[in-house]
Amino acid sequence: MINYVWFGLIAIGVIVGALTGNIEAVTDAAISNARTGVDLSLGLIGTMALWLGIMKIAEDSGLIKSLAKALRFIMVPLFPDVPADHPAMGAMIMNMSANMLGLGNAATPLGLKAMTELQKLNPNKDTATNAMATFLAINTSSVTLIPASVIAIRVAANSANATEIIGPTIVATLASTIAAIIAVKLLQRLPMFQIKPESVVEVTSDQASLNE
Amino acid sequence: MFTEIIQKISLYAIPFIILVIPAYGFVRKVKVYESFTDGAKDGFNTAVRIIPFLVAMLVAIGVFRASGAMDIVTNALSPITNLINMPAEVLPLAIMRPLSGGGAQGVMSELVTNHGADSIIGRTASIMQGSTETTFYVLAVYFGAVSIKKTRHALPAGLIADFVGIITAVLVANLMFR
Repeated sequence: MINYVWFGLIAIGVIVGALTGNIEAVTDAAISNARTGVDLSLGLIGTMALWLGIMKIAEDSGLIKSLAKALRFIMVPLFPDVPADHPAMGAMIMNMSANMLGLGNAATPLGLKAMTELQKLNPNKDTATNAMATFLAINTSSVTLIPASVIAIRVAANSANATEIIGPTIVATLASTIAAIIAVKLLQRLPMFQIKPESVVEVTSDQASLNE
Repeated sequence: MFTEIIQKISLYAIPFIILVIPAYGFVRKVKVYESFTDGAKDGFNTAVRIIPFLVAMLVAIGVFRASGAMDIVTNALSPITNLINMPAEVLPLAIMRPLSGGGAQGVMSELVTNHGADSIIGRTASIMQGSTETTFYVLAVYFGAVSIKKTRHALPAGLIADFVGIITAVLVANLMFR
């Protein structure tokens, strides 16, 4: 999909540029924006290092493990199919905590660990469970408390108050996460999303033939 | 009142975290300095790893914008975005956000650089970027890692969440910064 979007932007840009007589501006933009991309990335190094460092202290001090215990009362109702002390719970909380701190790159390994643990509880290995869909929906709705990379970009762009967006971001992220939870819990009841495992169908047809 | 509380949270959130987490570690006898530097050494790699994504997207968007094509699209869609008081310039970010994290970061950087981080466009883009995730990417990576092929309701739920996040970002930005 991103291939279509990316090529579409370039193709349309060059063609429209040629037609509207803006072709010189197109050349300038391509070259100067390539440079801006590198400048912005290098500007991120300090902020990324700060948050990855803080996160490592949280991990080493056992803060993340305590968080897992403290958040049990939220996790159990959200994931009723997952036993409260299953390793999947801890991994999911650690992933969400990393997301809250805006540490996408720290969050992904933890999220993959959580998925691996959830897969152990999955009777149909090629089909997502309700717990997996709920975890993914919460994850993609991004429970962010500190959007570190956004702040870093704002600092690099000389914002007078780079962190002023933290509060509004918390409000927006709460709204999208609540929407995700409501959506996932309602959608999982729809007939079109019901699990139809082949094994169960076979068993019932065997029983049916035996009854005959 | 609402604005005041939110501003206070914004002001104190980072100092609070950079005090409390190391303090907790210190009390628990973690070698806080060594832990920090150990974690921080990945900062360079992470930042460098996004260079190709940023360059790719910034160049494509720069070309698209400079050609005048972006103006054509945003003008065409402005009646819709005007309804919710959404700056038309932010629309490409809303469209890009679920598709590509690097791409969205490119669009957001571009908006912040060209319109100013403290403009309504820059602020709306920042809130939008911070409060939504790259749904297609997360789905592909997470489900791909455990060979899930039937994703059921995960994608529609994720997209509904993105939609609500984007609309809320616009509403909150207008409420606080316009």
